[in-house]
Amino acid sequence: MMEQLLTDSLNTAPITGMVILSLIVVMINALKKEPLATEYWVSLVGIVINIGLAVWVFPERGTAFSGSVMTGGYASVTAIIFLTAAALTIMLARVYIDKIGANFGEFFHLILFVTTGMMSFAAGLDLLVTFVGLELMSIPLYVLAGITRRNLKATEAALKYFLLGAFSTGFFVYGIGLIYGMTGTTKILDIAQNINAYSSEPLFMVGAGLMLVGFAFKVGAVPFHMWVPDVYEGSPTMVSAFMSTGVKAAAFSALLLVFTATFDFMHSSINTVVAVLSVASMVIGNIVALSQKNFKRMLAYSSIAHAGYMLIGITAGGGVSIAGVLFYLVAYMLTNLGAFGIASFIENSDQTGTDIDDFRGLYQRHPALAVILGVFMFSLIGLPPFAGFFGKYYIFVAAIENGYTWLTIVGVITSMISVYYYLRVVVVMFFQPEGEQVQTARFGREGAFALAVAAAGVLLIGVFPSVVLDWVSALF
Amino acid sequence: MIESYIPILLIIGIAVIFGVVSINLSWLLGPQRPYREKHSTYESGVDPVSTAHYRFSVKYYMVALSFIVFDIEVVFMYPWAVQFRELGWTGFVVMSVFIVVLAVGFIYELKKGALQWD
Amino acid sequence: MVPIHYYLILSAVMFITGVVGVLTRRNAIIIFMCIELMLNSVNLTFVAFSAYLGNETGQMFVFFIMAVAAAEAAVGLAIVIALFRNRQTVNINDVNILRW
Repeated sequence: MMEQLLTDSLNTAPITGMVILSLIVVMINALKKEPLATEYWVSLVGIVINIGLAVWVFPERGTAFSGSVMTGGYASVTAIIFLTAAALTIMLARVYIDKIGANFGEFFHLILFVTTGMMSFAAGLDLLVTFVGLELMSIPLYVLAGITRRNLKATEAALKYFLLGAFSTGFFVYGIGLIYGMTGTTKILDIAQNINAYSSEPLFMVGAGLMLVGFAFKVGAVPFHMWVPDVYEGSPTMVSAFMSTGVKAAAFSALLLVFTATFDFMHSSINTVVAVLSVASMVIGNIVALSQKNFKRMLAYSSIAHAGYMLIGITAGGGVSIAGVLFYLVAYMLTNLGAFGIASFIENSDQTGTDIDDFRGLYQRHPALAVILGVFMFSLIGLPPFAGFFGKYYIFVAAIENGYTWLTIVGVITSMISVYYYLRVVVVMFFQPEGEQVQTARFGREGAFALAVAAAGVLLIGVFPSVVLDWVSALF
Repeated sequence: MIESYIPILLIIGIAVIFGVVSINLSWLLGPQRPYREKHSTYESGVDPVSTAHYRFSVKYYMVALSFIVFDIEVVFMYPWAVQFRELGWTGFVVMSVFIVVLAVGFIYELKKGALQWD
Repeated sequence: MVPIHYYLILSAVMFITGVVGVLTRRNAIIIFMCIELMLNSVNLTFVAFSAYLGNETGQMFVFFIMAVAAAEAAVGLAIVIALFRNRQTVNINDVNILRW
């Protein structure tokens, strides 16, 4: 019994490690007088160690804690994605939180708690673990969204995020309740064994549908996207960055694990619903993004659209789609963190100055930043040789193979629409003269390093997609 | 069917009688020496004068918040207490982990001064 | 013994009351209470199924939902207080800086 406990804790090393790391950082915050630098370095080093642990347990595929947590394989890969997002976020935010007056040490340990939650959310094989992971991820994020508590926009964003997040939790957990009632268990693998019998039970399908509503809220798919633009615009920029990359990645990873890999709703009505969500997200996200003046709000609508593209992969199902969506998540994570990061560099201390017009003449002031942001914009459009291209490519290929050519066509058309608003940013940066108010970018060494990593990653994955594809293929 | 509810009715009846009798009995038997302080709504609390939108100190909120969180956490200890023997050392280790996590939160709260009244 | 349908119908009615409350009320605190009502209706569902199936998983789940609801209450009320200090209101119609 005890040995079992120890082996299980070791096999889920990244999660165990993150729990310990979060607690250590909380203690540093409580006991040290000037905790900021220590917390930063302990968090960063701890995250890197945890990435190492995730790689180390990669071969240990199986389950732990009597089949309620997944180990190795998929769990490791998703953990590496979240940990990388967290590491890049705290590096990019190092100077930023100082600038906006959020340099409480709490920033770091909240990020660590969120990351722990993401990892359990995506590795949960018991709906209980999935639920607790979801909440461990969401609750610290409500705080992070309003961490600059005297800023009107940030508190408003926090309130909206909290109310709608808690609302969606209600649906999610009611869905779990109905599934439990129909199956008598919350173990996903046990349910999956008899999935064909349950699929004809109306209450079970209602439960699955309610869970899907909860997931759709978290990934920001239309029509559950109302909170996305407000929250991304109002929250501190690096928090929005972490939300749009890490949280989306976690929600998609859990969705893949529950709906695609184990329950396998390939030919049921759930799949039709996902297809409708996907089309609505792509169309509405891309079209509304056209009229946005604020850079963060534009990225919010763009993130709704990208959720739509990834939902194509969920609809198509099968191993190729899982690999495709995971690849897309990696590409999107690096790209979007970088784009939000640059916005945070040029932002004013009162969290204004993120309009697209504020990027005027960025090329004259900071040519390197302008070029890198250009790279990110091209990657978001999905042009080769950048990471975004292969993300879309693999998902579209999987969709065509599974007979969803019409979804691919919608995807391609909406991608073409998106060219307009992404390129507008590039045009503004390179070809429009500076305005009267010139903001100087502040980012420090850590920020520059993280940005370089993100940009290099986007290029590397774009040129050699197999670097990531080898890891994310054949996980199930 | 209806008969099975009779005990419940009986209990309700007894409860009502007990409440009415005991309150009136203490009024009858107890000494009555009223003064101003005694007549105030909360004898040792805040004076409830001014409007209902009275702004009270945010410190009360901190106490309430700590109470909710720690109160709920205790819920997890009852099942452990009931099954203490069956769970043995494994249960003990797992609950110790839980309590350590709680303790970290508590130390954090203490050091941040959330429990200091002034 | 009361049939399981009764519990399920009651919890569904509670859940829908909560949802309607969230969608129609304008006071942040009342919206939050409606969300709590939704979570409690879920607790009722779990307990009813647990008793019906003779299986403890449901009751265990209820503990976790309660703990999560408490954590959510702590954070949510803190956010409402922060907002009130900035704006002197908790009416969500007045909370509208972020518009496109």
